[in-house]
Amino acid sequence: MIIKSKAVSGTMESNDIFVEIEPSQKGIEVEVQSIVFNQFGKQIEDTVKDVLNSFDVDNALVRVNDRGAVDCTIRARVETALKRAANEVK
Amino acid sequence: MRRTMLFLPGNSPAILLNADTLGSDSIILDLEDAVSPTEKDSARILVRNALKYLGYKNCEIIVRINPLDTDYWKKDLDEIIPLKPDMIMPTKVSDADYVLTIDKYISELEEKYGMEQGTVKLIPLIETTLGIENAFNIAKSCPRVTAMFLGGEDLTADLHCKRTKESNEIFYSRCRMVCAARAAGIEVYDTPFTDVDDDEGLVKDAQFAKSLGFSGKASISPRHVHAINDVFSPTEAEIEHAHAVMEAIETAKAQGRGVISLNGKMIDAPIVSRAKQVLEMAAAINGGAN
Amino acid sequence: MKDNKLISSVKEAITAAGVKDGMTLSFHHHLRNGDYVLNMVMEAVAELGIKNLKLNVSSIFECHKPLIEHIKNGVVTEIETDYMSGSVGKAISEGIMEKPVIFRSHGGRPDAILSGESPIDIAFVAAPTADPMGNCSGKYGPSACGSIGYAFPDAMAAKKVVVITDNLVPYPLVDYSIEETYVDYVVKVDKIGDPSGIVSGTTKITRDPVGLMIARYAAKVIEHSGLLKDGFAFQTGAGGASLAAAKFLKEIMLEKGIKGSYALGGITSYLVDMLNAGCFEALMDVQCFDLGAIESIRTNPKHMEVSAQRYASNYYKSSCVDSLDVVILGATQIDTDFNVNVHTDSNGYIMGGSGGHSDTAAGAKLAMIVAPLSRARLSIVVDKVLTVSTPGNTIDVLVTQRGIAVNPNRPELKERLVKAGLPIVDIHDLKKMAEEITGVAEPIKTGDKVVAKVMYRDGTCIDEIKNVITK
Repeated sequence: MIIKSKAVSGTMESNDIFVEIEPSQKGIEVEVQSIVFNQFGKQIEDTVKDVLNSFDVDNALVRVNDRGAVDCTIRARVETALKRAANEVK
Repeated sequence: MRRTMLFLPGNSPAILLNADTLGSDSIILDLEDAVSPTEKDSARILVRNALKYLGYKNCEIIVRINPLDTDYWKKDLDEIIPLKPDMIMPTKVSDADYVLTIDKYISELEEKYGMEQGTVKLIPLIETTLGIENAFNIAKSCPRVTAMFLGGEDLTADLHCKRTKESNEIFYSRCRMVCAARAAGIEVYDTPFTDVDDDEGLVKDAQFAKSLGFSGKASISPRHVHAINDVFSPTEAEIEHAHAVMEAIETAKAQGRGVISLNGKMIDAPIVSRAKQVLEMAAAINGGAN
Repeated sequence: MKDNKLISSVKEAITAAGVKDGMTLSFHHHLRNGDYVLNMVMEAVAELGIKNLKLNVSSIFECHKPLIEHIKNGVVTEIETDYMSGSVGKAISEGIMEKPVIFRSHGGRPDAILSGESPIDIAFVAAPTADPMGNCSGKYGPSACGSIGYAFPDAMAAKKVVVITDNLVPYPLVDYSIEETYVDYVVKVDKIGDPSGIVSGTTKITRDPVGLMIARYAAKVIEHSGLLKDGFAFQTGAGGASLAAAKFLKEIMLEKGIKGSYALGGITSYLVDMLNAGCFEALMDVQCFDLGAIESIRTNPKHMEVSAQRYASNYYKSSCVDSLDVVILGATQIDTDFNVNVHTDSNGYIMGGSGGHSDTAAGAKLAMIVAPLSRARLSIVVDKVLTVSTPGNTIDVLVTQRGIAVNPNRPELKERLVKAGLPIVDIHDLKKMAEEITGVAEPIKTGDKVVAKVMYRDGTCIDEIKNVITK
């Protein structure tokens, strides 16, 4: 999947995560901000990368601001942002 | 057991996280009215992930999809059907063809994903005057339809009248729905009570729905769930009677008698099935907390 | 012979009382996050150049943020308290003090003060109403806070007592709480606090559906505990699901016609409603949380003010907590041995304290924790709590929205609740359920410096809080 434009998904509400994806030429970059960074920072980054990988994304800059989202919410929000950034379905 | 069906917005992670702990027998994860057009994609992806990872062992899952006159309904089904929700709720159902269109597409998806045909059931939302008049045909349209649900808000607009707390304006529709559903041998559910702060009105409205023959009632607020559950739960007297029926059957069996009676009244098959249902419900109510 | 004890300013009172380097000053917290008195006194003390003071404060709130500067400047070098939230807790956690903060419980504090273990030199009593001889009360005046129960031990044991009021009335104040025999000086100031921070207009029950579900289960646990009968004695917190549980309990008590004996602790208008509805014979009030409670303690003789020591002492011959049947408490963490943390947050920062948690848990026949199974992706149930505030052998039940865990040392209670059809789950399974949803959190790394010691109600140290590591 090619990231064609900047896209966002999710919200800053509790238990949600706000995701921003931008096109990039420098491989995969993930920036994580989280209210549970000490406990889950690494796992959040791994989940984001796992979703990117499952959609064969090779280049993307991803910034996430996590408000205590569980793993499946993170997966959903990243997938939504990806599909929006790749100009797929609404 | 489906005393309550609680509507929950499909795009709220905080609500989805605890959706199965609110005491409702069924939850309706809404992709339609509760989701703005710009978030339809994110809601269906979120609900699909929630169904996949959160399990929801404590309640039945219904997903409300967008209507046929939008571009969304097929995409909704594409995302949701592989996760095997118990039921899909199509909205604004006015005739049998509407249901058959959805039935056909679900069948294709079931085949595509190697699911048994008919795994996912349908509970059409009837909320137009035409839908009310066609209720029996809708109920009989296909085997997936195992229940119907009356939506009073849109219906009153279609009736050209005002929705009131007394609900006289939907009296005919309620009766017609119950009659059609029972004639078709399926369950039938009442429209939500929309005043979140009127607990007394809620109980009255639910009791009235029960008296007409509804199997249960939908709710738009978690705060309404317990009152509705109470109305549609078996009473202590009903539970006692159910125990007595089952005992009478055991005694009759032991004595080799064919005709069974309790307090001078003959016990027939419907009474037995009702007694079993009451006892199953009594066992499932978690000490009365739900 | 003195015909009054009035002094014209806080600064003069400090001088008259003889505040010197190294002394212990005490304050009480009935004005909560609206308190002006502690800051007022400490500012004057700092201006007078006095240093190395120990503060003994029943609770510290965000409004006491100026304390951080006094600590940095060496004015304050030791703190004892029962509860600490906001910026001061954060600064302490980051290690700004040399000596560890001493945390006590609401019962342990008066015991330490009155037994002489933790002596006070000068007590400052924030009094919403006082007369010129120092008779004072919290029930009247523009800054009324109701009960001033936590100030009693300070007034009784301090070498000097300064009453600070913004509502001076002629002698004698008839309905007094602390009497003139304890008081040395009285100071009239413009305002002792901000009423909006002292009490809320009304205490509202949570509308959070998960909180309400937990409350419903909590009320059912009480109903089936075997304790809900005439003479029932009860305490509950004012937060989240605790107060909602009182609402459901009230419905059950009225339906069954049960007449309880008393409700205890911090009092809200919900408990006042239960008193007026005949659910209880009396309220025993160490602190009021809202205007309804203040109105009630002022007008209803069945609504009694109790001192901190009568509320929760372990040292005296008995206290109110000893006769409790049920207490409903909160938790930031609970471990699989039922130990509860109410001192530190998930990152190790101090954000609370025992208050009456460990006292009521020890006294009540049924001590119940109500909490959502997870908050912000963190399981409430953990292998080991970051800080032990209340020992697990005094906690009987944990109620969450996904199940109820009973302490294995209460098999007869478990049997009752199972029989009632309630969803009883092993606490280890609750932890598993939570982690299936949240994932398993990385453990928090703390530093090596002890920033606080948690003293149990009998005066023994049950845990130490280490500094947080800041990046």
